[in-house]
Amino acid sequence: MAPPSTAMSGRFIGKSIARKEGRQKVTGRAVYVDDMEMPGMLRGATVRSPVARGRLRDIRLGNGIPWDEFTIVTAKDIPGKNCIALILDDQPCLADQTVNHVEEPVVLLAHEDPYLLEEARRAVELDIEPLPPVFTIDESLAQKQVIMGEDNVFKAFLVESGDVEAAWNRAHLIVESEYETASQEQLYIEPQGMIASFDSEQGLTVWGSMQCPFYVHRALMTLLALPVNNVRVIQTETGGGFGGKEEYPSMIAGHAALLAWKSGKPVKIVYDRMEDMAATTKRHPSRTRHRTAVTRDGKLLAMDIEFIVDGGAYATLSSVVLSRGTIHAAGPYFCPNVRIRSKAVATNFPPHGAFRGFGAPQSIFALERQMDQVAKALDMAPEEFRRRNFVREGETLAVGQIVREKIDLPALMDRALELSDYHAKRQRFAEENPRRQVKRGIGLASFLHGGGFTGSGERYMASVVGAEATPEGQVRVLAASTEMGQGTNTVFTQIAAEALEVDYDLIEIAQPDTSIVPNSGPTVASRTCMVVGKLVEAAVLGIRQQLVTTGLLPLRGYTSEQFRTACREYIQRHSALKATSEYSAPPNVYWDDEKYKGDAYGAYAWAVYVAEVSVDTTTYEIRVDDFVAVQEVGRVINPVLATGQIEGGVAQGVGFALYENVVWREGRMVNSQMTNYIMPTSADLPRIRVFFEEVPYAHGPGGAKGIGELPIDGPAPAIVNAIENAVGVSIKRIPVTPEALMEALENVHA
Amino acid sequence: MRSFLPAYDMRVPLELDEALETMAREPGEWKPFAGGTDIMVLLEQGKLADRKFLSIARLKGLRGFTVSDDHVTLGAMMTYRQVQATTILQQEFPLLCRAACETGGIATQNRGTLGGNIANASPAADSPPALLIYDAELELVSAQGARWVPYAGFHVGYKKINMRPEEMIRNIRLPRTKKNWRQYYRKVGTRRAQAISKVCFAGAALVDNGGITGARIALGSVAPIPLRCRKTEALLQGPLSTEMIQASADQLEREIQPIDDFRSTARYRARVGQKLLEEFLLGLMTTPAGRPA
Amino acid sequence: MPETAKLAVSFQVNGQPHTVEAYPMARLLDVLRRDLRLTGAKEGCGEGECGACAVLIDDELVNSCLVPVAQVEGCKITTIEGIAGETLHAVQEAFIECGGAQCGICTPGMVLAAVALLERHSAQPTEDDIRSGLAGNLCRCTGYMRIFEAILQACEKRAGADA
Repeated sequence: MAPPSTAMSGRFIGKSIARKEGRQKVTGRAVYVDDMEMPGMLRGATVRSPVARGRLRDIRLGNGIPWDEFTIVTAKDIPGKNCIALILDDQPCLADQTVNHVEEPVVLLAHEDPYLLEEARRAVELDIEPLPPVFTIDESLAQKQVIMGEDNVFKAFLVESGDVEAAWNRAHLIVESEYETASQEQLYIEPQGMIASFDSEQGLTVWGSMQCPFYVHRALMTLLALPVNNVRVIQTETGGGFGGKEEYPSMIAGHAALLAWKSGKPVKIVYDRMEDMAATTKRHPSRTRHRTAVTRDGKLLAMDIEFIVDGGAYATLSSVVLSRGTIHAAGPYFCPNVRIRSKAVATNFPPHGAFRGFGAPQSIFALERQMDQVAKALDMAPEEFRRRNFVREGETLAVGQIVREKIDLPALMDRALELSDYHAKRQRFAEENPRRQVKRGIGLASFLHGGGFTGSGERYMASVVGAEATPEGQVRVLAASTEMGQGTNTVFTQIAAEALEVDYDLIEIAQPDTSIVPNSGPTVASRTCMVVGKLVEAAVLGIRQQLVTTGLLPLRGYTSEQFRTACREYIQRHSALKATSEYSAPPNVYWDDEKYKGDAYGAYAWAVYVAEVSVDTTTYEIRVDDFVAVQEVGRVINPVLATGQIEGGVAQGVGFALYENVVWREGRMVNSQMTNYIMPTSADLPRIRVFFEEVPYAHGPGGAKGIGELPIDGPAPAIVNAIENAVGVSIKRIPVTPEALMEALENVHA
Repeated sequence: MRSFLPAYDMRVPLELDEALETMAREPGEWKPFAGGTDIMVLLEQGKLADRKFLSIARLKGLRGFTVSDDHVTLGAMMTYRQVQATTILQQEFPLLCRAACETGGIATQNRGTLGGNIANASPAADSPPALLIYDAELELVSAQGARWVPYAGFHVGYKKINMRPEEMIRNIRLPRTKKNWRQYYRKVGTRRAQAISKVCFAGAALVDNGGITGARIALGSVAPIPLRCRKTEALLQGPLSTEMIQASADQLEREIQPIDDFRSTARYRARVGQKLLEEFLLGLMTTPAGRPA
Repeated sequence: MPETAKLAVSFQVNGQPHTVEAYPMARLLDVLRRDLRLTGAKEGCGEGECGACAVLIDDELVNSCLVPVAQVEGCKITTIEGIAGETLHAVQEAFIECGGAQCGICTPGMVLAAVALLERHSAQPTEDDIRSGLAGNLCRCTGYMRIFEAILQACEKRAGADA
């Protein structure tokens, strides 16, 4: 089945141009960090706390290891500030006097023999006096143990519009419920890895798997007290990130850097899967309480939402995850009275961090389940209830953002319902299920996802993209945005080639290397195409502008060869040809950081997803049999790549809903292997059918909006809504394992 | 890779006799190593207590299969892939083929062997319930000679087998007695493919006009060993009825000893084990002889 | 502690003979990547679950992280580096065209699994054949859809070429 074709094709925009680095990837020639070797390179390993909370009293090196051959680093060796600089700077690079989570790094070791290194790792004893840990949101809120700040709260938000309290009395019906989502591991197939090399003149160079070279750069400057030009960070081919390589790479890079600095040799640290799963960040678990008031004719009157996420032991990005989850908590609906109170709290779990969706999958799960509960209470079909409440152009979202996009959500939903044969199936399943062991159901979710950083985030980021001509006459794009499979290299090339009206092969994308590329911001937040892509367009046009101004190129009608010649000529005369482009916010976008109101995002992608499931009442196994994903995305730059993004995000959403369960014991992940942490195989997923609509966004390249995170927001609630349709139980917590479903069904029958 | 590699040794004997002599000379020191799909995982985790291995995967004396009037005898080094491809097994021992399909993905099936799987003695393995149904026998061989033992009774505790340190499994012999039995196999794993079983049920019954005249029930993942449920079997005699189904389901729950672990719960295993038994028994009404449900 | 002596093991990789000195229980994956500098096979899990380390040994798909090098004496091994000849294999072409590779880390193993699948099915494999044939290769990026399409396309090309 071919990916969807799109209208409005240019020469490159809208075409399924083959992935730029595809050939290297299919021949095994793409170079990932563990593929790199350097002369004299040591391997590094990390000794970690086995205890969730305690006072570190002593570190003992055991017998039988030739310790004098090893490079050993602890907190007291750190030349700069012992922290991973990010937002709060509260997370130590190496534990000093206390430990606050299992797997917290304490000692670093390096040696050239990887097998002896493992023996040594086992031989280091940490003497820790345990302290009582906090493992649940409730325990954290109760503050019996204060493990962070004054009150265990990393961040809190309040969003209000209208008057929720006054609305309860006018309600025809009030529905209250509570929803929970659990931790989810990003599970990029390439584990985290870094190589660091330190030279007293050049300074520090780091290569590795990452999404945000400049985050790593800043963290290393702080950790090693090095000036900006003495730290160089280079992204190697990255085997998946999904947010898991947004902030964590700064930690592993810091470790490799310290060992390289102390040993004077290059050091490679690559985690094995067990260490990666247990020690690195995962999705924030959440608890959401909804209280919803509706009128007699099914219109939303008030939404009171309490949204809490578990940040783990250190802040990392919890405040921003909370922000996005908060802003998305009331979804694509219009409601005159909304209150959203949200908190990110501390516990003694390994810090939770970025994972595709970044708070939105959590709050949208709760919302879309709640919408079905309210519809049920009204004795109204779930699609009808949504239809009556979809926000329309000119109306406001919960944060007060006026929707200026020409979005027609009822039509989007109708398309999804038609493509999934929703009504006919719902009816057929209702008729057949009583006679069947395997019961079927169909459910939907409607949602949105803002592109780019929230509010003033992009303005503060002040992203810069550069472009330069090479002596061979190529145009090289200089951006910090990383390729990790989502298609950055290809999409940037398409945008640049389209803007310049030259051959695709004329464009090169520079490897993200902080000594070469300007800071175009992190590769996160569904911003790479929509925000940075627009800057790419402007930067390459800046190159052309200089050629035209100097008379080397006509304004139009030139061939690619003529373009090349003009570049070469310019460089001969002036030695270099460069242009930069800096972010400027679109006009009429206002955001109030204090009140947390206004235009949260420049644009949203909108979606309606429909999931069809079958539930085997013999084994309680749930299977997704069909999945329809309809979304409005502004402009599809590359149909194959865009379709791939949606399919991959839906697959992760299916995992989030049904399979992926982190088993914690005493704050430790005990199922930290792929055998026991279950992600879907090819046999577990249905055909994922993807459809796009395009209403061009004026400030995106070619009209494009961001889509990277959108597809993971919808599948879980659609699937759990479908399960309710199939077997009549209302499940409020994911993942819905067969064990959980059995308990729910047996409770109903008891 | 968390093990100190220089501490581990592997030799590749050219003949079975050579391997057996080495094992006899130093009993318990040398362990047979077949496809490695279990042992290598332990090596990776830094949890492999045994240190010296003899690679037996390609020894001629352990490969292939033979067919007589009464038995099909499989070499211990038969891989899952080979099991699936062997016609007489498809025809007369379909549950073993089903189990072989369910064990890992293609890459695991190309390397994993029946003998290695049995010796690894995981209670969650997929083949043992089928082997118990078929009244399999094992030939244990050492430098001193060979002996046949019934497979039932080979497992004596969690990962403990009734085999001397100088012995290894040479053959698995299947009596050709179940051709006309109705057969059923269902594994419930953590996902559709490449999954460790949470409950694994194998059943066979000889059915005539009077009802059930013979029954075999065996489960995996519900006890420290692959479990033949003889007490439940004893209730499956005569005409099939709702009472018989209920009584055997109750008996099954008493006979199995499932636990909570990070994969599943005791309650789930027990409940689903019962439901699979019910599904098997209800299916006896409709399934043609010899074909698995 | 007592140390095992290294072993000389000889085998063929992608048609070339090699002899390596390695500890007998060294994983074939590590011997390929470190001793022979064939870094196409990847470590994704170290326990034979993800298939990123898959190679062909005597034309059979296996996870090289689970194979001790002592066991490959005299064997014929094919890695991703040996799949393309003068031109790319039909599976590789199809992966490029259909978007079968995103981050690329699972791709070498996936391509080998697809090549092995096509060898096993001389006729057109069904979608179920493809699903079960690839079930041992995990991909986190794609949701498998583009991969299935690539394999179907490679099959069609083969059918067209045979016709």
